[in-house]
Amino acid sequence: MMSTVTSDTQLMATRTVVPPARRRVFTLKRFTTPIVVVVILAVLLWWVSSLELDSIEQRTLNWDYITLRIGEHLSLTVVASALVAVLAIPLGVATAKSPSKVFRAIVLALANIGQATPAVGVVILLAILWQTGYTTALVALVIYAFLPVLRNTMIGIDQVDANVRESARGMGMTPAQVLMRIELPLAVPVILAGLRTALVFCVGVATIATFINAGGLGDMIVNGLKLQRYPVLVVGAVLVACIALLIDWVAGFIEDIVTPRGL
Amino acid sequence: MSDSTATRAATGAASAGSTPGGVGITLDKVTKIYAGQGAPAVDDFSMSVQPGELVMFVGPSGCGKTTTMKMINRIIEPTSGSIAIDGRDVLSLNPNELRRHIGYVIQQIGLFPHMTIAENIAVVPRLLGWGKQKIADRVDELLNTVQLDPGTFAARYPKQLSGGQQQRVGVARALAADPPVMLMDEPFGATDPITREKLQAEFLRLQESIGKTIIFVTHDFDEAIRLGDRIAVLSDRSQIEQFDTPANILSAPANDYVRSFIGQGAALKRLALIPIADATLSAVTGVKNAPTVAADATLRDALDALVLAGLPAIDVVGGDGRAVGSITVDAISAVLGAELPGVPPAGA
Repeated sequence: MMSTVTSDTQLMATRTVVPPARRRVFTLKRFTTPIVVVVILAVLLWWVSSLELDSIEQRTLNWDYITLRIGEHLSLTVVASALVAVLAIPLGVATAKSPSKVFRAIVLALANIGQATPAVGVVILLAILWQTGYTTALVALVIYAFLPVLRNTMIGIDQVDANVRESARGMGMTPAQVLMRIELPLAVPVILAGLRTALVFCVGVATIATFINAGGLGDMIVNGLKLQRYPVLVVGAVLVACIALLIDWVAGFIEDIVTPRGL
Repeated sequence: MSDSTATRAATGAASAGSTPGGVGITLDKVTKIYAGQGAPAVDDFSMSVQPGELVMFVGPSGCGKTTTMKMINRIIEPTSGSIAIDGRDVLSLNPNELRRHIGYVIQQIGLFPHMTIAENIAVVPRLLGWGKQKIADRVDELLNTVQLDPGTFAARYPKQLSGGQQQRVGVARALAADPPVMLMDEPFGATDPITREKLQAEFLRLQESIGKTIIFVTHDFDEAIRLGDRIAVLSDRSQIEQFDTPANILSAPANDYVRSFIGQGAALKRLALIPIADATLSAVTGVKNAPTVAADATLRDALDALVLAGLPAIDVVGGDGRAVGSITVDAISAVLGAELPGVPPAGA
């Protein structure tokens, strides 16, 4: 009886929960990809150095030539992805915030066309209509990698819990404050996943740049095929694969660091 | 809403609750018609809420009680009518500014998952441009108020807290800038019964000391009785069927709709609201080792003890452990009977 009356004062006890988990960034699993890549490259180097290279192969399989092609390839990939981020994220935000379903449908349809068209087609069509070279390849890559970032930005904003949004508004945040302080931070993981996809897309599609004289590791692959020099082909192909793996790994790393804690 | 309101409210709450920290709210002929819907969701709603009063909106789902509440901070804009807080027309104020001076708690809490508990609570003070030290002090103070240890919880993220703890943070966050008015939409609805009862008891104690003007929406009539100073029983289109104190609604329901809402056991619910002091006590029984009841308990507790003991009367024990009298079932019934003719209390 007494306890019914006095129980109000006994409510202080709060359940103890686990202390905040430290974010684990440096684990063994984290370094699996770079270790595998290093091993593959070591095997490749050992294999190539064990071969008797003819004069054509020597012209390609040397450090100067290879680093130049890797540089071109990376430049295309990184610059195209950066452009995609700068263009597609704001457009994604605008589309997600737009009350017009028509606008939304048009933007998505255009981005879909960019990706659904075969990459070779986009590159060659642009070269015919415009010019050959680096800039054209860059534009083609941007068109091609636009959709994942655009769509993920839209999804990232849309998926923010309606209650979180309502409590932000209810506390007196302006729409711009809700976007910058609540919606975008909460959308970061999804947007970054889109950017990561775009990067890996770009590494692959940048090999096609060779068809319009824009360089990159595609040069090695195509030369190796045309001249039937398989060591050249294999080195080019393996390098592209390794770059894709490494870029994906770096992007995943950044994703984990930039994702707000507490999510 | 100007800053002076907030300052005045803050001063009020700071002086240990001696002055009520709330201001009056007036709704006049407020109507909401959603686009594309013929019938209004809220139809011609008028109500006057006293400063420091805790008013409960009770009604079935979809009756418009939440819509009515959300028009006060303009999360939903009224179609017509006027709403005034402390005499100022809210529809003429900047909605963002307005909301910074109204505490807002929703059932799903809506804590920001990427912010720590301290950052969550600091949101409105930051929007109002408070200094860092003032914010930090306020966060600590509020965490203590809702009985969460700042050292343990301030740096945690919402997902590391249980549902009940999150709801406490939700209340603390709404109180952060010491708003004179609080709007609460089924704040305890998503918690389990035991946690809910704890939160309700804590909330009642808290309200005793801060005296905010609170609009509290619930579909749980028992919660309304337990917490409310006055209860508005609402039916479709937010029509007020009865607006009165819990005791008056229980003893004299206005119509069948209100009666159906009270459900079974109205007398027992009423007893839970009446202290033993209201009953006429008889002489001490003097029976040794018989069950007793505390003098500050309610009549419901007394009846419970009587039924359990199976005795005609049991002793009522004061704070010092000495029996001050005894109580019988007849005495309890007499209190209920005495209330029936009912003098309407102040404000009804």
